[in-house]
This record gives sequence, structure tokens and C-alpha cells, in this order.
Amino acid sequence: MAVNFETVEVTTDILLLGGGMANCGAAVEAVYWAKEHGLKITLVDKAAMDRSGAVAMGLSAINQYLGVGKGENTVEDYVHYVKNDLMGISRDDQVYDIARHVDSSVHLFEKWGLPIWKGDDGNYVRGGRWQIMLNGESYKVIVAEAAKNVLDADNIYERVFITDPIMDGDRIAGAIGFSTRENKVYIFKAKAVLAAMGGAVGVFKPRSTGEGQGRSWYPPFSSGSSAYFTIVAGAEMTCQEIRFIPVRFKDAYGPVGAWFLLFKSRATNADDEEYMVTRRPELENWGKYGKVKPIPANLRNYLGMIDVNEGKGPIYMQTAEAIANLAAKYKDNKKAWKKKMKALESEAWEDFLDMTVSQAILWAACNIAPEEKPSEIAAAEPYFIASHSGASGAWVSGPADIAPKEYQWGYTNMTTIKGLFAAGDASGASAHKFSSGTHAEGRIAAKAMVKFCLENPEMPNIDAALVEELKEKMLKPLNLYEEKKDFTTDPEINPEYIVPKQYMFRLQKLMDEYAGGCSANFRTNKALLEKGLEYLTMLKEDSEKLGASNIYELARCWENIHRTMQAESHIHTVLFRKETRFPGYYFRTDLPTLDEENWLCFVNGTYDAATDKWEMKKVPVIRLLDEK
Amino acid sequence: MPSFVIAEKCDGCQGQEKTACMYICPNDLMAVYPENKKAYNRDVSQCWECYCCVKICPQQAIDVRGYADFVPMGASCVPLRSSDSIMWTVKFRNGMTKRFKFPIRTTEEGEAVPDGGYTVDQKDLNDQLLCTEPYSIGLDALPTLNK
Repeated sequence: MAVNFETVEVTTDILLLGGGMANCGAAVEAVYWAKEHGLKITLVDKAAMDRSGAVAMGLSAINQYLGVGKGENTVEDYVHYVKNDLMGISRDDQVYDIARHVDSSVHLFEKWGLPIWKGDDGNYVRGGRWQIMLNGESYKVIVAEAAKNVLDADNIYERVFITDPIMDGDRIAGAIGFSTRENKVYIFKAKAVLAAMGGAVGVFKPRSTGEGQGRSWYPPFSSGSSAYFTIVAGAEMTCQEIRFIPVRFKDAYGPVGAWFLLFKSRATNADDEEYMVTRRPELENWGKYGKVKPIPANLRNYLGMIDVNEGKGPIYMQTAEAIANLAAKYKDNKKAWKKKMKALESEAWEDFLDMTVSQAILWAACNIAPEEKPSEIAAAEPYFIASHSGASGAWVSGPADIAPKEYQWGYTNMTTIKGLFAAGDASGASAHKFSSGTHAEGRIAAKAMVKFCLENPEMPNIDAALVEELKEKMLKPLNLYEEKKDFTTDPEINPEYIVPKQYMFRLQKLMDEYAGGCSANFRTNKALLEKGLEYLTMLKEDSEKLGASNIYELARCWENIHRTMQAESHIHTVLFRKETRFPGYYFRTDLPTLDEENWLCFVNGTYDAATDKWEMKKVPVIRLLDEK
Repeated sequence: MPSFVIAEKCDGCQGQEKTACMYICPNDLMAVYPENKKAYNRDVSQCWECYCCVKICPQQAIDVRGYADFVPMGASCVPLRSSDSIMWTVKFRNGMTKRFKFPIRTTEEGEAVPDGGYTVDQKDLNDQLLCTEPYSIGLDALPTLNK
């Protein structure tokens, strides 16, 4: 091996992969249940826990808070809401489980120091039925602090990038990764592993292709590691077709939730028509989901997309009108009106400054004051995210007290692989968990992992030859580059290897054009998908020829290998589901209608690493509550 | 560029335990030139503009210039983050300035108590209660369904 790396072995009982919201919750919970049994908990983060994961920048709202203690909502209400938003494709047991625990996490956040807005009555200020508003700049710092306060610093490995799972036959045995700071390979050996490494961004071509490609809605560092890790471990995956397309303020992707829900703003087209009104008849085509309230996110998207496809853009968020309406009741008292306008202005800016500063820059750069003129909104590019209004992730066991037997195999949140658990964006079919539900789900998984370790006390075996093989594969981009780079005068262009950035562009272009990305207006069909798969297969072969000039690029190579697996599972699943169910996420032009009779089911897929083949199947949706 | 480092102000955090921006960047973009020990953003097209580097820099040497491929020039958002609040100065292209101040936490830094002071008497690994529950939910018992 050309490049010398020291190998560090770490043996632990519980291994938490990822340092985001899920594993910050898991750390606190695991330490609590493990302490009397002396189990060791280890956490690995590719970044720094204070600012890692999707909440790194901050958030201006918590999108899942039920308020069950005050009777604001019931857990059942939430299950109905999520099921309808996901066009029926949702695991009621998992959604129920997260929803009954989520308030506990939110109340802990507040005790830890998170400033949640409160009204004069002392209750949290709602930004919508399920949302509460925050001063959330330090949301992640605070949540990470609680986790760091229970985990011994020696058990936290920051700046370690996990590349592959390590298997012992059909069970998980640990994970392998490398330091992004020094020449070290890490072998983590564990009884139970929690995959919580976020969703996948950058699988599809983004709308901005210059500097602005970094301004993804979900963070560019969510690079498909959860999907890759669980897929290659052999876990059954679910809802891999249910990508998410956010409609946000155009280009900088600032949040629209507060504008729609809190400020009650309208969205209008070039002719001042409201697509949510003029396109309403279209909802009739989407079965019972077109009749539910609130209208599912993907159908709202779709109504706007029809306007845009007919050339009726730009679509505007009528911010000035909304602010004027809210301040109108103070109009007879000039002082009170001014005060209200000032408060609304501050709320509007904080919404961006807490979580999407770029949008504040864009407004300032365009001289936009929201109280004076409207702002454009647009559909972004596709994302893989199980915590918002998408659902792609691993198929996990449900809670013992409520899950039907078909959805229950022993340990809550364990995948179909023994000892491998998933939470947050890594666990599928339980959408709308957001930041708070993700934290709660991490806690649920952690308790189950402690139980697993006590009932399965034997440490799995790790085959030294397998580790050597994984290590060689991990470092191959560095070695290939080193070996070949001097053949040309510019190391960026060389026929023997591909640099990670160009590899990423190749992935994004093919997904965009064949699998229904933004430049294809989110449309695809069987022939396109099959052609895309053909190109993707060649790309995957070429992933073995990725070249990296340093450790930083090595991480970029692996992020793209991870993204590729997410892309592959997506295409297979979109191909398998023979209907269009989520027209505002993707549209099968060859199968343009909803088919409730045949496709009101999950599509699950399992990858066999030995044969490089996928096995797809339908899995029944089992409702735990009467229809509502 | 998205985040950029002001050459005159950056001292590479020499004399400190670690280079702050390099430590914190969630996308591992901040690096230090070996020759002059100054920090730089090594791939501006992968920058999320999350401002983590800007907020943490002890020298206030980092700022953000909006993405060049869609943001008109001349605006900026500059944060000043203390232990309990953050103040933003937003400068418009037309020269207008707005200032906003928001709280960021209600407790002292470092003092997040994991159980939040709730009763911790959960004992049974086989039931569905998590640490601090049901107290932290605000109910007497965890909700369930009749299977």
C-alpha cells in the first residue's frame, strides 16, 4: 500500500454512527439504561457534534410538537396527518411511537436552554397545528451539549468518516472508517450499531450549478451514508421512491412554513391567480388524498408545478399583503400599528437568520423588504430525507405494544439485520419526525439497543481478512491517484481515474435527466429509468476508479459512493411502483394515475452485495386506526 | 465565495489548541495554508453558508459573500454571537442597514442537565417508557393503543 495508515481498533457495546439529532438523543438514553450494566457507548461523527447534521445552522421552528399533556392534540391525530400527507404510505406504529415520545424531547430541550417562544398564557407559540416557534440559532449546540455531558469525551470520535459496515455473517459486527485529520483507519467493533448519518443531498443535479450548488435546502454534507450503510449491510429498505421536493423561496431556499402557516400568506402566479384555488379541480384526480386537509405536500407542489409548466411563473409569496393583513387590526392606532409591523419584520428576518442566512443575504442583495414587495418561491431539487415529507430509509421493527406482528421482530428500530438499528433519516416509512421526532426516535432505538446487548452479550467476530479487504477498498482512491498522477501534466485530468467532483456531476446529471430531476420537470418513465440504470451501472463500475489527492478528497470520494447507492435504490423502486402516487415529487408519464387497488402498499427492496442484485417486493400497509 | 477569510485578521488560531473554523465546519471545508498559516475555504461550491465558521472565529476574520452565481453584489449579514444572544447586522445592496438581536439560550453554556431535572425512576427495559417519562411528556402514563 502506497499510503501508510495506522490502524486503530475500538471495541464497544453500542456504536452510534452520526452525531446529529438522532444520536444526540440516543447517547443520553443509552447511557441512562446502560449504566447499571456497565455497557460502553461510543459515538462517531464525521464533523463536530456542536454543529453537525441538518440542524447545524439552527432552526426557527420545531415542526413536531403535539402538546398532548395540555390536550392540544392526540397521538392519533398525528398518525392520521402523516398517513394522509404520505398518500397512505406510512407505518402507523412507528409514527405513533415517535409522536407519543416527541413532547418529552421538546420539554428536555427547553430545560437544557433552548429558547422556545411563549405567549402571554405561558404556552408555546404555535407556528401551525404541529409547529412551535424558536429562537433556534443554538438548537444543535444545546442538544449536543446534553449528549456530550453524558458521554465520556474519550468515547466520542469526531472527524471520523465511516465508509462501510463490518459484518459477521448475517449480523452487524461494527464499522470501518478513517480520520479526516490524520492518517488513521478506525475499526469499530460493536454488538449493536445505530445508523443515523442523515439523508442524501446531491444525488440529483441542483438548480444552481455554480457556487450556489452548495446552497442545497438540506445540507450538502448529508451525503447518503445512512442509505449506503444499511443497504450494503443487507437491510431491507423501504419507501426508496418517496423522495422529497421542497417548495421554498427561490434560489436561497429560505423556509416558507412560517409564511404560509404563521403569517397566512398567499402564493400567486404572474396573473395574480392562486394556484391553490384555480388548480383545485386537479385534486379530484388523486383519490381520497386530494380531499384531505391539510392537502398533502406533494399535491400542493403539484398544483404549483402545473402553473409553472404552463409558463405562468413567477410564483410569488405575497409577503407584503400578509404582513399588512396581520397588522390591519392595529391600523387605527398608529403607535400600536408601528410596533406590530416592527415585531412582524423582526420575526420574518429571524426565520431566515436562524436557519437559512443565505436567504437573508439574497433579500438584502435584492433590496427586498418583505413588508414592501413579494418574493419568488419555487420547487427545489429532489432530496432523500425520511424526517420531513419524504420517507426513504431502512425498514425497522415497530414497538412491541402496538406494532402488528408483521412489523415487529424483537427490538424497536432494529433493521432486518441483527444488531443494526436505524433512526432519523436512516429509518423509513415514518415521515414528519423532523428534528424533535428524530431525537425521540434516537432515544427509542437506544433503549432497545441496550436490551439487545444484554440479551445478545456475545461480541461478534471480525474476520481480519475482511477488514484488510475493506481497508484496501477504503484507501484505494488515494493509492490510485498516487500511482497514476504523474502520467499527465495536470492531475485533474487523467484517463486512469476520475476526481470526486466530476463523478458527482455525472451522477447528478444522469439522475436529473433520467430519474425525473428538476430539469426534467420531475417526469420520468420506464424507458428513461432503464436507460438511467444502464448509465448508473457504468458509473458504479467507475467508482472503483475514483482518485483522491488527499484525505479531504478521499471523504468526497466516499460521499459519492454513498450517494450512488441511494440513487440505485431509488431507480429500482420508482421502476417497481407501477403508478404515479406522488405527482408533486415525481411523475411517471407512462403510468400517470393513482392505482389504489394495486399500489396502496410499501415497496421494499433488499440488496445482495454478493450478487449485486436487488430483490423488490410489495409489503401491505396495515392501518392501526380507523380511517379519518 | 460563500465564506471567505479576511487575510489581515486571520492568525490561523496559532497558539490555540485548534483552528476554530477548521474544527467546526460541518462540511470540512476550512483548511489552513501551510506557508502563511491562514485559513481558507477550500471548496466554495460546497459551502452551505451555515455561518458556523463566521460565528466561531475568535478574530472575526470570516465573512460570507453571497453565492456569485445568483446573488447580486453588495449585501452582507454579519453576526455577533455571545453566550446568550446573537446580533445580526444586515446590510442591503442599496446601503440600508437593519439590526436584529435574538436570544440563543436560557441556561449557562455547558450546563445542560441531561435529565432536565425530571424524575428519573424508569427501571424496566421491557416497557416503552424512556428516561424521564412519563413526567417529561406531561402525562401520567405513556399513550398506547389497544392492539
